[in-house]
Amino acid sequence: MKKIAILGAGPAGIEAAAVLAANNCPVTLFEKEAQPLCNITDKAFLFPNFADANEVAASLRAKLDNPNITLRCSTEVTQLTPSYIAGFQEESLTGTPVWKVNEELYDIVLLATGYTPFDAHRKEELGYGIYPGVHTSLEMEKMIKEGNIVNSLGEKPKRIVFLQCVGSRDEKSGNHYCSKLCCVTAVKQAIEVKKQLPDCEAYVFYMDLRMWGQGFEEMYRTAQQEYGVSFVRGRISEAGGTFDGRVQIKAEDTLLGRPLKMTSDLLVLMVGMEASKGTRELATQCRICGEYGFAQSKDPHLHDCQSEAPGLFVAGACKRPMTLTDSVNDGRSAAYEILTSL
Amino acid sequence: MINFGYKISTPRSIDMDSADSRLYCQLVEAVPSYRYCIGCGGCTATCSAGQFTDFNIRKAHFLFSRRQYDKLASDTFTDTDLNKCMLCGKCSLVCPRGVNTRGLILQMRKLLLK
Repeated sequence: MKKIAILGAGPAGIEAAAVLAANNCPVTLFEKEAQPLCNITDKAFLFPNFADANEVAASLRAKLDNPNITLRCSTEVTQLTPSYIAGFQEESLTGTPVWKVNEELYDIVLLATGYTPFDAHRKEELGYGIYPGVHTSLEMEKMIKEGNIVNSLGEKPKRIVFLQCVGSRDEKSGNHYCSKLCCVTAVKQAIEVKKQLPDCEAYVFYMDLRMWGQGFEEMYRTAQQEYGVSFVRGRISEAGGTFDGRVQIKAEDTLLGRPLKMTSDLLVLMVGMEASKGTRELATQCRICGEYGFAQSKDPHLHDCQSEAPGLFVAGACKRPMTLTDSVNDGRSAAYEILTSL
Repeated sequence: MINFGYKISTPRSIDMDSADSRLYCQLVEAVPSYRYCIGCGGCTATCSAGQFTDFNIRKAHFLFSRRQYDKLASDTFTDTDLNKCMLCGKCSLVCPRGVNTRGLILQMRKLLLK
């Protein structure tokens, strides 16, 4: 029986573990945090159907209830090397390399180490960490989840501005790519704000609104029609604090061709997705690190869950920004690839 | 007074903090579909008046939503002179979001030109 390790108990890792376990393959699932699915449980509701994130996470977590799955939380994998790089002699019976995961040996490894949100401090001109009214989309999500949306003075905000593409599509951040789910997340959060605070104005500043998924465009339309969310095409170039703890932003309304300024209680920066620390380090160690620190699959069309390294598979947002749906499907695909390789 | 040839430049910037939202709210109430616009410019491309004058209905729409009413009411800003519209309604036919553009012009005239 081949030993299988899955690194990362997010949606992709859990789905892969569940499929393998259902096919009588014992797997060990490593997770650096104390709980699995941290990137789901920190959300309030999920686009496009406003499903309760806790319920979705609970359904996913229930899949771990299988004697073939060994879940090891609070266990960060820092070492991932194949025998041909590490120079050690152990090889499995079939002659393929074995993988050293920390100090243990495994025949097959699935990298599902996911993403990390862009650090908004890096866009200093937007004032995150400098002005109290500037928040990231994750902090906004937390306020929505707690039902406690307040400005820096603890009062109900009268105006909230969302800014798209923070750390995405931005050469200055070193990220040329689109993180692809911030657009719909801002629309979702703006709707949530209007549900909780109907009198609060919500503005979304965007470069393009990329409503690519099923139900996304309809959400955008609903935000305009039913909730009165305003959309301004233009990228906020700078944010400054006001004496009363609010934020003044400057942008161009590019559909009018004129500069625009506005004071807002809150500025919410829609941060993009970057390769997580684990993804960067482990992908580098096993020499499959691609652009921007993401793990590189063997082929983006037909072998997207395999890597150039034998016995090493890749799934989920460690490859590129992915939605929950994409990650779950990708984990399932990876499990199928692993099963056929056995 | 000696004329030195200098003049005061008025700011071009749109200041949303000093904006008066009353007319905007009245327009939204009268023509709710006003808010559905995504700025595609289909209306302007098909506009009969726009073929022969510099009238730009999309621009008029966005100036109103940024509360720049004086730019719409004034004769100096000719490309958004609401009187140039001939109310043919082609803009309503092409709008992908179902904005009642013709109703919008009528309502803006009512609110601004009186």
